This record gives sequence, C-alpha cells and structure tokens, in this order.
Amino acid sequence: MPRAGRATSAALAGGGAVLGLVALFALAPTVFGGDVPRFSVPWLPEIGLAFSLRLDGFAWMFALLVLGIGALIVLYAYWYLADDDPPQRFFASLALFMGAMLGVVVAGNLLLLVVFWELTSIASFLLIGFWNGERAARRGARMALAVTGAGGLALLAGVLMIGRIVGSFELDVVLASAAQIQAHPLYLPALVCVLLGAFTKSAQFPFHFWLPHAMAAPTPVSAYLHSATMVKCGVFLLARLHPALAGSEEWFLIVSSVGLLTLLVGAFIAIFQQDLKGLLAYSTISHLGLITLLFGMGTEMALVAGVFHILNHATFKASLFMAAGIIDHETGTRDFRRLNGLAKYMPITAALAIAASLAMAGVPLFNGFLSKEMFLTETLNVPTVAGLHLLIPGLAVLAAAFSVAYSIRFIHDVFFGGEPKCANGTPHEPPRFMRVPVEVLVLIVLAVGLLPNLTIGELLAVGAQGALNAPLPEYKLAIWHGFNVPLLMSVIGLVGGVALWAFLHRIGALRADPRASFGKRAFDLGLDLLVAGAGVITRRLESGRLPAYLAWTIAATILAGAVAFTAGDAFGPRETLPAGSGAWALWAVVLVGTLAVAIGFRQRLFAVLVVGAIGLAVSLAFVFLAAPDLALTQLMVETLSILLILLALRYLPQSSPPERAPLRKGLHAVLALAGGGLFAGLAYAMMTQPVTSISEYFLRTSQTEGGGLNVVNVIIVDYRAMDTLGEIAVVGIAALIIAALLQNARPQPEAAVADSPATPSLMLQLVAQWLLPLGLAVSLYFFLRGHNAPGGGFVAALVLVGAVFLQAMGGGRALAERQFPNDWTAWIGWGLLAATVTGLGAFAFGHPFLTSSTPYIELPVPVFGEWLGKVPFASAMGFDTGVYVTVAGSLLLALVLLTRLHRPEGKR
Amino acid sequence: MSLEFLFASGIGVLAAGGFWLLLRARTFDVILGLTLLSYAVNLFLFAAGRLAPGRTPLLKDGVAPLLANYSDPLPQALVLTAIVISMAMTAVLLVMAVQARVANGSDHIDGREPRA
Repeated sequence: MPRAGRATSAALAGGGAVLGLVALFALAPTVFGGDVPRFSVPWLPEIGLAFSLRLDGFAWMFALLVLGIGALIVLYAYWYLADDDPPQRFFASLALFMGAMLGVVVAGNLLLLVVFWELTSIASFLLIGFWNGERAARRGARMALAVTGAGGLALLAGVLMIGRIVGSFELDVVLASAAQIQAHPLYLPALVCVLLGAFTKSAQFPFHFWLPHAMAAPTPVSAYLHSATMVKCGVFLLARLHPALAGSEEWFLIVSSVGLLTLLVGAFIAIFQQDLKGLLAYSTISHLGLITLLFGMGTEMALVAGVFHILNHATFKASLFMAAGIIDHETGTRDFRRLNGLAKYMPITAALAIAASLAMAGVPLFNGFLSKEMFLTETLNVPTVAGLHLLIPGLAVLAAAFSVAYSIRFIHDVFFGGEPKCANGTPHEPPRFMRVPVEVLVLIVLAVGLLPNLTIGELLAVGAQGALNAPLPEYKLAIWHGFNVPLLMSVIGLVGGVALWAFLHRIGALRADPRASFGKRAFDLGLDLLVAGAGVITRRLESGRLPAYLAWTIAATILAGAVAFTAGDAFGPRETLPAGSGAWALWAVVLVGTLAVAIGFRQRLFAVLVVGAIGLAVSLAFVFLAAPDLALTQLMVETLSILLILLALRYLPQSSPPERAPLRKGLHAVLALAGGGLFAGLAYAMMTQPVTSISEYFLRTSQTEGGGLNVVNVIIVDYRAMDTLGEIAVVGIAALIIAALLQNARPQPEAAVADSPATPSLMLQLVAQWLLPLGLAVSLYFFLRGHNAPGGGFVAALVLVGAVFLQAMGGGRALAERQFPNDWTAWIGWGLLAATVTGLGAFAFGHPFLTSSTPYIELPVPVFGEWLGKVPFASAMGFDTGVYVTVAGSLLLALVLLTRLHRPEGKR
Repeated sequence: MSLEFLFASGIGVLAAGGFWLLLRARTFDVILGLTLLSYAVNLFLFAAGRLAPGRTPLLKDGVAPLLANYSDPLPQALVLTAIVISMAMTAVLLVMAVQARVANGSDHIDGREPRA
C-alpha cells in the first residue's frame, strides 16, 4: 500500500479533528460563560425527532476528549499501521466513529442521540473487525456488535418510554421533568431499559465480556474507542440523564451495585491476564465500574468525582494503550511471559508507560490519585442501611488494592525482571512521532496531578456543571487535604496492593494461563443455541418448494382479509345498480373462461387463448364502466401479452404433466375457493359502502391547473407524475432484466411451429405493410389527444409497439432484421431522461419537481375528420413523451429479443 | 342481482382461478395464474372508485365537476399504470421460465422434477 494513500487518509481524518477543535475553542467563551449554544431543525416532527444539537459544558468537555484524543490517535495510527493495511478503510471508519461519537455528545434530542449511539456501535464493529482475515477479529467484532447493539435497542425502548412520559424527546425538556418522570408508573421500565443500554456500552458486569475480545482491534482503536471514548458513552449517558433519572431508590440500588461489582470483578481479573491489552481491557472495565458507582451514588459531589475520573482515565489509559501498541509493534508480542526488561531497550517509552501506570494505580502526584481520593471520600458519604455503612468503603479499598497490584504487574513484567524473549531481534524505541501522542497525554497526566486547579479546574467545573444541570457543590482540588480517612484508605490500598502482588508473584499465580471468561462461554453457548434453533425452524419451514410457500402466503392473506368481516357491518347501505344483459354476458364469459382455464390449463395453447378472451372481456367491462383509457390500455396490453406468452411458449413444453397428489390438490382447491370468496366478499362489501374520495379535487382542478379534460391522463402525467416516473422506470428495468437474462441464452424450441418461416405469408406481408403507417398515425393521434380525450403516452406506446411488431412478424425474419434495430435500450434511457428533465424544468420556474405549466397552441391538423384544434402544450406533454418513449422502447426490446432468441449458431 | 354483485363475483371467480393456477407445479401455469390474479386485483382496485356506467371522467362543458357526474378518475389512473407494469412483470417471468428450463432441464417450479 503506498505511503501516500496513508498520509492523505490520515490528513483527512486528522484535519477533521483539528477543525472540530478549532470550532470547539471558538465556542469556548460562550460555553464557559454559562451559555448553551443550541441548533435545531425539525427532522420528523410527527414522531418528535429533531436534529437538535446542544453544547453545554459537559458536552463541550466530552467533545474536547473525543476530538483531542482523536487527533492524537490519528497521528499515532499513521505510524502504527502496517504497509499492507488499507489506510483508507481504517481512517474512514475512524472518522465515522469520531463523527458519531460527537453526535452522541452534542445531541439535544434523545432520539437523535440513539441514532448516533447506534452509529458508534457500527463504527466500533468495523474497527474491531479491521483485520478481517483474523478469526478473533471477526468474532470479537460480532460479539461487540451483538452486545452493544442489543443494548442500543433497549436504550431506544427506554427513550421512547421517557418521551411518552414527558411528551418530548428534547433534552432540555426531559432534564427539567425529573419529578414527572420519577412519579410515572413507566419510570422503572424506562430506567431499566436506559441502564441496559448504558451498561452494555460501558461494559458493565455482566455485559463486560465483550470488551476484552474487542482487543482484537488495532491498538489505536483500543486506545481510542475501547478505553477513552466509546465505552464512555454509557457513563456519559448516566451523567447526561442524571438530572432526570437519578435520585430515586431504584437508581441508587441498580447503578451503584452494578458499578461496585464491575469495579471489583474487573480489577481482580485484570491481575491474572497474560495479554498486555487484556490487562488494560479489564482495568478499563474496572475503572468504568468505578465511574458508574460514583454516578449511582446520586450525590452532587459524586457526580463531580465521576466526571473528573472520566477525564483522568481517558488520558492515562489512552497513553497506556498506545504504549502497549508501541511495545507490540517493536517486539512482536503482547504476552507478559515473553516481555521482560524492556526498560533497558526503550527507556523513554518505559518512563512514559510507568508514569501512566502509576496514575492508573492512583499514586499521589499523578492525576488518577486526585479523582480516586474524591471517590474514596464519597464512599464514606453513601447513605445506606445501618451496619452496612462500612461495606462500600471496604470494598472500595479492596478494589484499590487490586488496581495497585495489576499496575505493578504491568510495570514489573514489561520493563523489569529479566530479558525479553521476542522474535523481532533487539527491541528499540519507536519512530519519533509515534511517541508524541503518548508524551502529550503523559504530560497532561502529570500536569493535572501536580497542578490540578491551574490545569483542569475550570474545565472540570464547566463539565460537571453541565452534567449536574444545577449549581455546583463546594469542593477543592488539591493534592493534600490533610490527614483524613480517605488518605488512610489510599495508603491501605497502596500497601495492600504491593503486598498482594508480591504474594501472587512469589507463589507463581501470575504465570498461569487465564481461563476463557464465563461471559464468553455463556455468549458462545447462547449463540450456538440460537443458531441451532434457527436451523431447526428453517429446515421445517424452508422446504424449497414454491407451492408450499405460496400456500402459506395465500392462507395468511385470506386470514388477514377475513379479519375485515369480524367487525360487523361489512356490507353498507349504498344503493346498487341494476345489471343489464351486457353485464351478464361479460360475467358469463369470465366465469366460463376461468373454469375452462382452471380445468384445462394443462393444454397450454388452449389456456393462453382462453386467458386472452378473458382479458378482452375485462377490457369490455372497462368500456362499459366508463373507463375508456383503461379499456384501451387493457386491449393493447392483452394483445401484446398474448404475443409475448406465445413467443415464450415456443421454448417450453406444450402441455403440463399431470400432478399426482390428490390430497394436496384438494387443499389447493380449497385455498383457491376461499381466496376467491374473500376477494368477492371484500369487493362487494367495499362497493356497498358510501364513498369518500379525494378525487373531486382532481375533477375540479384538472382543467384549470392541469390543462386537460381527460382527468385520468392529467392525474398520470401531472398530479401523480412522480408515481408515473417510478412506474415507467420499473417498466424500463424489467426490459433491461429481460435483456440481461437473454444475453447468452440458447434455448431450443419445443414446438414444431417454432421457427418463423424465412419467406412470410403474402397476406400478412401485405396487411402489415399497410398497417405500419396507419399504426404510426393512430399512435400519434392517441398521444396528442391524450390530455383531453382517451389516449396518452401509455396507450400510444402500446399501439406503436403493436404496429411495429406486426410489421416485423409479417415481413419475416430477414426483413425484420434489416429494418429494425436489435437494441432499443437507448429508447429507455432517452424516455426516462425526457420525463425527468421535464420535471426538473419546473425548478427553473421556482416550482417543485414535476409541476406542470399549461399554455395551449393551435394545431390545425384534421385527423379522422375531427379537428384536434387546440393541442395542450402543457409541460406535461413533455413528460408524456418520456412515458411514450420509455414504454415503447421497453416493450420493443423485450419483444425483439424474444423473437430473435433462437437462431443458428454464429449468426448472433 | 345487482351490477355490483356481478362485478364482485366476477372478481372472486378470477381470483380463485388465479390462486389455483398459482399453486400449480409448472412455471408456465403459475404465470397464467398471475395473469388471472392481476385481472382480479386491477378490477378490485377499480371498484374502489365504485361503478358508474356511462359517466366517463372526461370533463364536459356544462357538467359540474362533481363525483356525482363523473366516475372516479383516481383508481382508473392507478389501474392504468398497474396494467402496464403487470405486463412488464409477466414478460420478465416468462423469460425467467424459459431460462430456468434451459438451466434445470425441467420446467418444474422447484427447478427439478419431483421424485416419482
């Protein structure tokens, strides 16, 4: 892969992040001044979805995190990617994620937030599976998508419930409706659904297992998505909705216990990982649990501490991941048992990683210490049942000890204690600029740790204020708060952690292979069961037999239709008309004809002719029922359809073999009769109901606005022109499908009569010769008068096709090939273009697409003794021309192809 | 028997014939069934505008543009395009049937002759 491609892709992604940062800092004075910039356009107002953006302090802080770390990650990834990794795909996915995550952060509408939320899951899926040649990457990506996607659905359900309670999805409204939400009976279900979304996304116990498997992703992705930002979506949401949902007993119990459990479990498992990134992943889970626990406590100060820890964790963990990536990059392994003593070979990287690890352990002078102190303080203030007031602080100290233990393990096993056993030869420092992002982040870690008020004070204040949506509580950022209980807890944690590590190290417990996690096994088992169950159902339903599928479909249709009759009053009071003898005659033709086809269908030629007769009866019915346009269309379509069917029948057996399954045939007969009965019943019920129609509008305005007296035609080319455009496109596509299917076809004719004679019949030739000009004239006539009298583009095209085709048949194959082009494809294109361009013309006059205008021109042409007189030169005429050309081209293409299907080899 | 009843029962007859052929085992018969069924569906759609013999939707001077004086033009417009499209679809299915026969050596709808 050329290096240039990588530079361009990285520049695009990084440039986006930098531009975003510029915009963010341009807005900083407003946000820090206490204002909330808002932007909103309606999207789907009917369901309450608006494209609302809202940048309060909390959103600003998160946006800074996303864009700032994003820019560093792009720089890092530029050096990290191997030469054969496609950089375009990588940076495009990364940019997609960045945009989606920004969307989550600044969304001012909960539905919009869910949309972006799902987008981050998709981007995460694409990035975890980036090395899609590896099984672990594919499986990890799928697992992450399954877990977070399912959570996303739960979140959507929760958001819908909240919207229902509040009556709006706008964040401003929701945040101000805490009392209303929490008093509502839907509060608990809504809360549980929202929390499911947050917990899956932030890898909270018991949904934590996907995160370690997401480590199959390239390390920049792990650093960015799976430690610094995306997994923070969940805790972001907890904080975002804190003003609306928190404060209740339910919130406290669920959120804080899940957080506490995750904190402990994650930290404990992290100690025993053998994979560098595995340890960091479990540590991330644990820290997310810590933040969740803080948000669960529900106090204002706990919220501030949680927001603070989000910032701190993002910086030290992203830098640790990047350091892990460098180590992996330079040594070719991430196994603790093979990595040792790297401090000697890459001293700068070692120093950076050690600093970040100390922050992770919560050692004083590093930023992790400050938020951990705040956390320990808050555990002491949790309102709880008497006798249990020591439980949470005690477990917090235990978790702190675990985190110290795995941090020491990280430092010791990677940088000290022996010589590395890596395959890449002697490890060395990475390229200069690959280390820059780590250096920047570690600098922040130290600066915040040493001078919190100067560096982070204001950002934290504005961020926490935004999350609280209320005045901030009093607090002090300082390294030294005097000798107090939290400090004692810190010290116990530190000492205990060192002791724990020393003990485990001595007994060799840190050398064993970690077992596959329970969550993964449960997930795999669940997946296997699902696949097996789906297999059973599929084998039973998917017989591969079309009649069975159709029978089910028809039965379901009948059931659905029959529901209409259960309500009662199906038949209305509308007055019916008397039936004359003509109606009876047509009815008899349809009845006898259908019976004849149903019984005699195995003789195909006979069946086709009878179907043609039925079609004629239908078009006569249209004549009788005041639908001249339909009658004309049906007549022409019938003729051409029969032609098409006869042409195709040459390549098919001339009769159907008998079916030997009396039971099945009986069932089919019952279904058919029930379906027919239902159709008849529904039709009759409909016709006895009084009519309410919007059509009077068309009748009233057809002449004045559409410029035509033939209302049907005006509807087709004007009122519903958009529909028609779609429909002629379908006709064109159908013809192209036929052309594609027949491209290399060599079917052998079945019937003896199949090949058309080289010398045609004299009669047919004579008639056809005379008919062509007449047909063309009639076609033009129908076309021109279509706006005011029966006719129009569809009918005219059908007439044209009939005339041309008769000529081709009559003249014999030789003449047809000489006179008529094989390829009518261009007609389809030109016709569609004409229709579209006419429609676009309306834009030029400031009207919407396909609006027509209607000047008339005088055309002194006598046709059939009738003066056409004024021909409407509506722009709709141009549209109708498009219809005409498209339909004619499509049908001619199909007919010509079918006619010339069978020919001697080599003449093609 | 009213005109509406005749019309409705005609639709029912066509639909029953269509369903019956749709369930047959050979491609060609299924296509004929679809043709019958599309007659039924088009007539059904048309019936949504109710039956109004003699009142063509062509505006005439001196006749008020009311539904009482003209048949409903909207279902007619919808059915018109439906007729053309069902023809195009029939053509596609016919070609598919021909090609399926070449590819499978059988015109059975499932692509292979049933076991005897």
